[in-house]
Amino acid sequence: MATLTYRDALNQALREEMQRDPNVFLMGEEVGVYQGAYKVSRGLLEEFGPQRIVDTPIAELGFAGIGVGAAMGGLRPVIEFMTWNFAVLALDQIVNSAAKMLYMSGGQIPMPIVFRGPNGAALQLSSQHSQAWESWLSHIPGLKVVAPATPADAKGLLKSAIRDNNPVIVLEGEMLYNIKGDVPDGEHIVPIGRADIKREGSDVTLVCHSKTLTVAVKAAEQLAEQNVSAEVLDLRSLRPLDEAAILESVAKTNRAVVVEEGWPHAGIGAQIVDLIQRGAFDDLDAPVQRVTQADVPMPYNKVLERAAKASPEKVVAAARRVLYLE
Amino acid sequence: MTATARSPKDTTQGELHVKMLRQMLLIRRFEEKAAEAYALGKIGGFCHLYIGQEAVGVGALAALRDEDYVICSYREHGQALIKGISPNAVMAELFGKATGCSKGKGGSMHLFDVNRRFMGGHGIVGGHIPLAAGLGFAIKYKGGDQVCMCVFGEAAVNIGAFHETLNMASVWKLPVIFLCENNRYGMGTAFERVAAVTDIVEHACSYDMAAELVDGMNVLTVYDATRRAIERARKHSHPTLLEVRTYRYMGHSMSDPLHGVYRTKDEVEEQKARDPITHLAGKLKEEGVIDQAALDAMDAEIHAEVEEAVKFADESPDPEPDELFTDVLVD
Repeated sequence: MATLTYRDALNQALREEMQRDPNVFLMGEEVGVYQGAYKVSRGLLEEFGPQRIVDTPIAELGFAGIGVGAAMGGLRPVIEFMTWNFAVLALDQIVNSAAKMLYMSGGQIPMPIVFRGPNGAALQLSSQHSQAWESWLSHIPGLKVVAPATPADAKGLLKSAIRDNNPVIVLEGEMLYNIKGDVPDGEHIVPIGRADIKREGSDVTLVCHSKTLTVAVKAAEQLAEQNVSAEVLDLRSLRPLDEAAILESVAKTNRAVVVEEGWPHAGIGAQIVDLIQRGAFDDLDAPVQRVTQADVPMPYNKVLERAAKASPEKVVAAARRVLYLE
Repeated sequence: MTATARSPKDTTQGELHVKMLRQMLLIRRFEEKAAEAYALGKIGGFCHLYIGQEAVGVGALAALRDEDYVICSYREHGQALIKGISPNAVMAELFGKATGCSKGKGGSMHLFDVNRRFMGGHGIVGGHIPLAAGLGFAIKYKGGDQVCMCVFGEAAVNIGAFHETLNMASVWKLPVIFLCENNRYGMGTAFERVAAVTDIVEHACSYDMAAELVDGMNVLTVYDATRRAIERARKHSHPTLLEVRTYRYMGHSMSDPLHGVYRTKDEVEEQKARDPITHLAGKLKEEGVIDQAALDAMDAEIHAEVEEAVKFADESPDPEPDELFTDVLVD
């Protein structure tokens, strides 16, 4: 066990998987000579050479498609997007090629490919660089989507993603790369599709993933001071969703708040609320509340940006509403 | 050349030409049957026929090895047949049957046979061009000497994926042949109305890539040009852009008119006078390689083969209801 940053945990996962399987390669903008726009691929070019750490032009659609073709040819590509905002240019290849290849070929062509990169807002990057795409990506049958929140989960989920024979989307975060945590050495695998209770509680379930784990944990700490015991459930995977874990926690607490980075309309939280009303209706003591980004493009101004984002205060207020404390 | 003493080389060449004639005729008759079946409601959705363009697919694939990849757009029935998928399996796929080459899940636009290295029909214009470069990347990564043949229409040249891919294929020297079938119309839009550069070969200059302009109504010309491109890919791992000028006699898809308002009936008839099958048949008859009786016998045999494919497709079962949920993910 070592204390690593989220960035170095991802780096370790990539390095170990590339050592393990010569068919794994990394392709993307600035991944090689520059050592990664966010240094996730630091040192990999030196160890694996330019054949396996491939610098691309700024051509997301093209290199995402080349990755898909390479997977058709028997390789296991890891495609890095500098951010998921730019990956929107590659959605045709992710949605129309990667996600459907197995199905439309009648099961002949598996698609062992990983698309990864930072998702959601960082700080003051304004409208085009601050978007959380998980509800778009999770909508697509044929894809798996994971969003690790801790260094250990980042390592374990990236390793699972690389070994998976299906296309897996790995959503990271600029604001996550520097966080530190304990990471098991070597073979540390986190199965895709398994949520994790990051803090146990009995009065309300805070459902979160990725960057909103920190928000939810801070909210739980504030709620504890108000004698409210909040359970923090980190989804980790958004497709497949660990439905049993969500329902089990709600059955225990009878109340839930869903926290996400994305916009409210047709967001991940809407899917979870749907699940809870169908699967835990009789357990519920209050309507489920959602905390999301404000339903606007992200503003640049610091004060406005803070107002737009999910925050511990908003989560505490939502928790108090489901507890009828307001 | 005298009609007597033929060298073994001539014999081989004659056999190849007869084989190519037969393949073109197979595509023609297959597509005619597909049109019939579509009119009868046996085939649904979109169905893009290859009639008129047979020389391109046949000439381009003739010089490939079995282990080479072919990847196409949605107008791919012909190439699928030439790469070795049986008429039965292709027709059954058009009929949406469980015995189809994609188990009835792909249909006309998504024919696949991974064992024959036929990597699909793809339905988004230009969307498969990067996939071809990816297959080329995988070949090079593994140190193989296969090549990848990527077939697309001229309308795909206006798509960003085409340009992004040609650039990377050239930078990374990938063993890919980018074969543009220029049939002059993207659906109902004449290429010159929507393209600043109408000589598609010229795009190769932007990417420092070898290129050739080829007469697509002559199967032998297509074969020769493709052979050169394949050698460039196989021996030197260099990509090539081929612009092959051809013509489709039918509408864009079965639901479109033959000429409509975007081209004249006279133009279609004029192009039919350059028919690649008539042209090769005439040449081979002239050379004494084949006579009319043999030609008639060939046509009759192909007719029977295609009839059999229709019967097979018609009698094949629909996929089991459970198939709806299989092949979304592998376990």
